[in-house]
Amino acid sequence: MPDSPSRAQTDAPQHPPVAVDPDIIEAHDRRWTPLKIAIWVAIALLGGLSWVMLAVVRGETVNAIWFVFAAVCTYFIGYRFYSKYIEKHLLKPDDRRATPAEYKADGKDYAATDRRVLYGHHFAAIAGAGPLVGPVLAAQMGYLPGTIWIIVGVVLAGAVQDYLVMFFSMRRGGRSLGQMARDELGRVGGTAAIIATLTIMVIIVAILALVVVNALAESPWGVFSVAMTIPIALFMGCYLRFFRPGKVTEVSIIGFVLLLAAIIGGGAVAETDWGVALFTVDKVPLAIGIVVYGFVAAILPVWLLLAPRDYLSTFMKIGTILMLALAIIVVRPEIFAPAVSEFATTGTGPVVSGTLFPFLFVTIACGALSGFHALIASGTTPKLIEKERQTRFIGYGGMLMESFVAIMALVAALSIDRGIYFAMNSSAAATGGTIEGAVAFVNGLGLSGVNLTPEMLSQTAADVGEESIVSRTGGAPTLAVGLAHIMQQLIGGSGLMAFWYHFAIMFEALFILTAVDAGTRVARFMLQDTIGNVIPKFKNTSWRVGAWISTAIMVAAWGAILLMGVTDPLGGINTLFPLFGIANQLLAAIALAVCMAIIAKRGYFRYLWIVALPLGFAAVVTISASFLKIFSPVPAIGYFAQNAAFRQALADGETSFGTAPTVEAMNAVVRNTLVQGVLSILFVTLAIVVIVAAVLATIRAARRRSDESSEDPAVPSRIFAPAGLVATPAEKELQAQWDALPGKRRREGH
Amino acid sequence: MRAVDVARGLRWYVRGIMGEDAYEKYLDHVRGDHGDAARIMTEREFWRDRTDRQDSNPQGRCC
Repeated sequence: MPDSPSRAQTDAPQHPPVAVDPDIIEAHDRRWTPLKIAIWVAIALLGGLSWVMLAVVRGETVNAIWFVFAAVCTYFIGYRFYSKYIEKHLLKPDDRRATPAEYKADGKDYAATDRRVLYGHHFAAIAGAGPLVGPVLAAQMGYLPGTIWIIVGVVLAGAVQDYLVMFFSMRRGGRSLGQMARDELGRVGGTAAIIATLTIMVIIVAILALVVVNALAESPWGVFSVAMTIPIALFMGCYLRFFRPGKVTEVSIIGFVLLLAAIIGGGAVAETDWGVALFTVDKVPLAIGIVVYGFVAAILPVWLLLAPRDYLSTFMKIGTILMLALAIIVVRPEIFAPAVSEFATTGTGPVVSGTLFPFLFVTIACGALSGFHALIASGTTPKLIEKERQTRFIGYGGMLMESFVAIMALVAALSIDRGIYFAMNSSAAATGGTIEGAVAFVNGLGLSGVNLTPEMLSQTAADVGEESIVSRTGGAPTLAVGLAHIMQQLIGGSGLMAFWYHFAIMFEALFILTAVDAGTRVARFMLQDTIGNVIPKFKNTSWRVGAWISTAIMVAAWGAILLMGVTDPLGGINTLFPLFGIANQLLAAIALAVCMAIIAKRGYFRYLWIVALPLGFAAVVTISASFLKIFSPVPAIGYFAQNAAFRQALADGETSFGTAPTVEAMNAVVRNTLVQGVLSILFVTLAIVVIVAAVLATIRAARRRSDESSEDPAVPSRIFAPAGLVATPAEKELQAQWDALPGKRRREGH
Repeated sequence: MRAVDVARGLRWYVRGIMGEDAYEKYLDHVRGDHGDAARIMTEREFWRDRTDRQDSNPQGRCC
């Protein structure tokens, strides 16, 4: 049977082939039936039409459905053609080799997982608040720059990074990014990569916490419902530990119902006098509360708080994202924002300072290119992959889904009135935090088509059940208003708007609190490992005192940046968010640099451009953005320029300057800009060290021309599973042979 | 496809995503070719062990 998949070699004769013959895969890919041609032509035409509607037609308004079509069609084309190109020429997965999940199987950490389930797992692990916040802030530059970057960036950079890192980690027994950096880049490059990872972790936790503080401050409803997640999680943890171990779905449904009760109850509590008195909390006490919470949560056992909240957050994440996608497709909101706003070129936007290049690319990190994913794509997921060829679906495909979440967040932010958008996202320093101040400031920006009235602000605040929506910076409240605006058209009408708003706030706070807790734990282990080189006792991670000291150090580090952000006279988010994006893109540059060194050592120089392209771009973006933050003479952009301006004002004996009303506030600005500037210098130095180390490793490999490899030795596989979401005819034929084996438990759910 | 199959498929998928099938997968492993069948954890022990191992080997969540 020349066309049968059973022609593929097997290593053990007692079972059917473990892989489809590569010639058959090749023939399947190259066989263009009329139906297949028609489908791809239709996808290409629809995608092309959508891009024309977004980029060229640009009517008075643009319908959100064009964003969805442009994104989805481009993802399909990128997945079918570009990721296959990478698979064929660069990675060359071999299904006859066992994955770590097979040859290291222990039934716990290393366990072969169905590709469709693992896709969901991986997506839930990579998608958090990042893709929801960045696009909202970038919406000030108009809809087009963000849309292009999110869609094109993911196809050529973000998904490529996730796919490569996942594949290389899988070939190395599931090694982490830090370990791979040490192996490939040597001592200096590897150490710089580890220091960078630790610092980035601190920055990211601090800024995510800042987003939560900004969303909850002065909002008794939000504080009550988010605070209730703690007892709900504790209850779920005890239920799973003592009452019904392993009943994860059951307890998640109970938790979800309690969560809905907390959101609805929050509305009632916020209407009582005692509720307002008890749960209206200022930014500073709220920030201190989160710092204390972060410390306690990170030293409590995982089963009590982290694990149950993880289940809840996975449940909410997948459910809400599906619901939002459905709502956008059904409601199809009109978008009034211009394609490219004046702030893209002037760089004077009130939300985040700076021009389109490079600041758009650091404001939107998650969703287009997120270095943080490299930490998940190495280590966790590779230990669960069943077959090598599945990495394309899980790694590349998983990131496409996150990009789609970012597009939906952008659509939600753009669907609200632009005047309201700027009133919510301009710092309190600019608006004075009052309706009158916000109206004067936003109308004074001179944006065409924007005519904000005090009634619009007070009406929106009343609709979403908040005292005020002025200067609710950080992106989360804006997204929540956008989501509430879209969802109420699908379910419930304007009467449910307040519910949807607080549902969205809860949804984001849940991920962020989990990220804060988990990030603190990971950082604590990294710190203990580092201190352990000097004081060996710290290497023992079960030593309580050491664990507490290390946790306290890490919490103090991110807590200090958080407090700096909430008390910043210049606004907080607008000065700190670029650091978040730079840190994330820097981590991406490190991950891509490690991948480049690996590819060079494998000897695939012809296809090095696949990784050199995104690496070059990430390097240019992070280094130029950092240089602007360090050297720009414009105070709104350069940290040191701002620092010098305030020091000069203090030296001149001024008692108020810019948005700082007192000498104390002026001193705070001097201190904050110094810290931010020093962090920028640290980041850019680490980035340059790692990239130079990778380039040197690449050149060395080119000179030597040997295909040395740090991969684990190949072990023959003894299992079979299809590679993509839908099995091909050849895969179905093989699957049938495997299913027919006696004594094999057949997998359910085809 | 019958409604029962759809429901069963959905249940299988939700359990997989939530990680609820972890103990069954563990049993499959220890009872299979490679396992050390001498000491199989009970369901309660397995779930305790699972969270306890997360304590000493934390995994980051993404931003």
